[in-house]
Amino acid sequence: MAEPIVLRRAIASITPARATTEPAIVRWTLIGTASVFLGLFLVVPLAAVVAEAFGKGVSAYVAAFREPDALAAIRLTLLTAAFAVPLNLVFGVVAAWAIAKFEFVGKNLLITLIDLPFSVSPVVSGLIYVLLFGLQGWLGPWLAEHDIKIIFAVPGIVLATIFVTFPFVARELIPLMQAQGTEEEQAALVLGAGGWQTFWRVTVPNIKWGLLYGVILLNARAMGEFGAVSVVSGHIRGLTNTIPLHVEILYNEYQSVAAFAMASLLAMLALVTLVAKSLVEWKSQRDLAIGEGTAARGDVR
Amino acid sequence: MSIEVRQITKTFGGFTALKEVSLKIPTGGLVALLGPSGSGKTTLLRIIAGLEASDSGTVLFDGEDTTKWSARDRRVGFVFQHYALFRHMTIFENVAFGLRVRPRGQRPSEIEIRERVVDLLKLVQLDWLATRHPSQLSGGQRQRVALARALAVEPKVLLLDEPFGSLDAKVRKELRRWLRRLHDEIHVTSVFVTHDQEEALELADRVVVMNEGRVEQVGTPDELYHHPATPFVYNFLGNVNLFHGRVEGGKLHLGRAATEPPEQASGATRAALVYVRPHLLEIDREPKGPDHFRARVERINPAGPLVKVEVISEWGDPVQAEISQDRYQALGLKKGEEVFVRPREKQVFVDSYSI
Repeated sequence: MAEPIVLRRAIASITPARATTEPAIVRWTLIGTASVFLGLFLVVPLAAVVAEAFGKGVSAYVAAFREPDALAAIRLTLLTAAFAVPLNLVFGVVAAWAIAKFEFVGKNLLITLIDLPFSVSPVVSGLIYVLLFGLQGWLGPWLAEHDIKIIFAVPGIVLATIFVTFPFVARELIPLMQAQGTEEEQAALVLGAGGWQTFWRVTVPNIKWGLLYGVILLNARAMGEFGAVSVVSGHIRGLTNTIPLHVEILYNEYQSVAAFAMASLLAMLALVTLVAKSLVEWKSQRDLAIGEGTAARGDVR
Repeated sequence: MSIEVRQITKTFGGFTALKEVSLKIPTGGLVALLGPSGSGKTTLLRIIAGLEASDSGTVLFDGEDTTKWSARDRRVGFVFQHYALFRHMTIFENVAFGLRVRPRGQRPSEIEIRERVVDLLKLVQLDWLATRHPSQLSGGQRQRVALARALAVEPKVLLLDEPFGSLDAKVRKELRRWLRRLHDEIHVTSVFVTHDQEEALELADRVVVMNEGRVEQVGTPDELYHHPATPFVYNFLGNVNLFHGRVEGGKLHLGRAATEPPEQASGATRAALVYVRPHLLEIDREPKGPDHFRARVERINPAGPLVKVEVISEWGDPVQAEISQDRYQALGLKKGEEVFVRPREKQVFVDSYSI
């Protein structure tokens, strides 16, 4: 019994040196700087949004949403997300599947192309569609002939949003799927599973958290996108305004309560996204920890 | 089911993994594909399973050409080196997978599946872990689950890729004996890949030694060990000392010592490779017999059942010898002493070209 006590004392006598941590002053300076920065750039603006939105009371806040134009903007935003999220979900999974599990010519080109929307300014992304589908664009005359409106209409907004958000799911899944390799799929194949069965029973369950994480980010961006959508929308009230565009219009017209009320919707979306994101991260890490932490030892009996 | 491969060639980019390999594996056999890394043994196994396509050649199961069949249709049991268990499924569901993915008509009922999985888990002695996930199991347990999963589809052939490769030495030995017993019970034609010669010799009925994409020799462990066909096989199966000698005037010259010639030697002068296993070298204080050579003791390691002695031969090469503890005591060897070394048995390979 004597030994552990001696040991503990030995450790205690070493601790004052604490070679592995910084002095208190350094620690508190760093923590303080980070906190001030965070407060200044995140908490204060968020509080300002809420304060402005409720500046003239709850009734004014609620009234902002009774506006038909506001409701139209919310509807359009939801509609856009309803197109962009499932389409990019399917595209992202297919692209990540192809890139992570197969070898083919042009794979690196495909990876670069997937990243393109991230590396191009959203305004340019919007302009691409104007140049393509606008009246003076390549396909403009043909579209006009057949009476199809894309630019300054809902299809343009949906297209631009899809373009801007398409890397999210693929980017999230590629490293994950590459790390998981193809052995489990091969095992399923040898056991007699078809391609579709392998995909649903083996691949999807393995990527579900990464997939959900990608979808959350994708949805947040699809609803909040401003630049690309602004170029193709034409800002027609009640018709082609999404929430971010509507916020801008209201603000320019000095309707600050209405503007901040709409903005608070987006801010809320951001908070919900962050909470959901943290939950998913926590859940997937816990799954991992359960796996590794409780690994039981046991040999052939 | 018997397996036959004929003239299989496989290249990866510029690398030739298999060069016209032909092989027959009899029904019910337990065969080891043994070779160093890069010898093509895993590639051959994957080609038999249908996980890899050969560039040319055919694979036959019971005489039927299955070269063009997909892995799904070949109905083989495959155990992956890193187990490849479905990480999100319980052990039970892992084993049940092969039954659950069958087309509706052939799929057993839920009760039958349950019975079959429980039986298999009992066979691999893991029925008490059915509700766990793979990550909660030890390496040896995962390996047995992988085996149970492969056996669930009642394969006629069981293929195992380095089945004990990532296990620690003790578990590996236990599992090896256990697999041998299991094979004696269920008699399914089994092929396993290994780079561990001890594992191949202990476990397999027949061993296929592979090197650089070719089959060097096929035989029982006994045949391979005592009658190696090529220097590579002799070298690969156990520790060995190599002496460069020459056959001249009907005699084998090893360093300065001249000995009786091997049978295959003719009159011309030829280079000879002489292999002697460390435990077949004798160490003496005085010269004994005709083919001894002089050496100096360089290092002694008495730990273990045999004493390992490293000597430097009179022509300056290090030579490993293993002598019994008794002999070591009797000689009273010390570092730096001059001794005489004599091979009790040796394997001579004479080069086909003259010098």
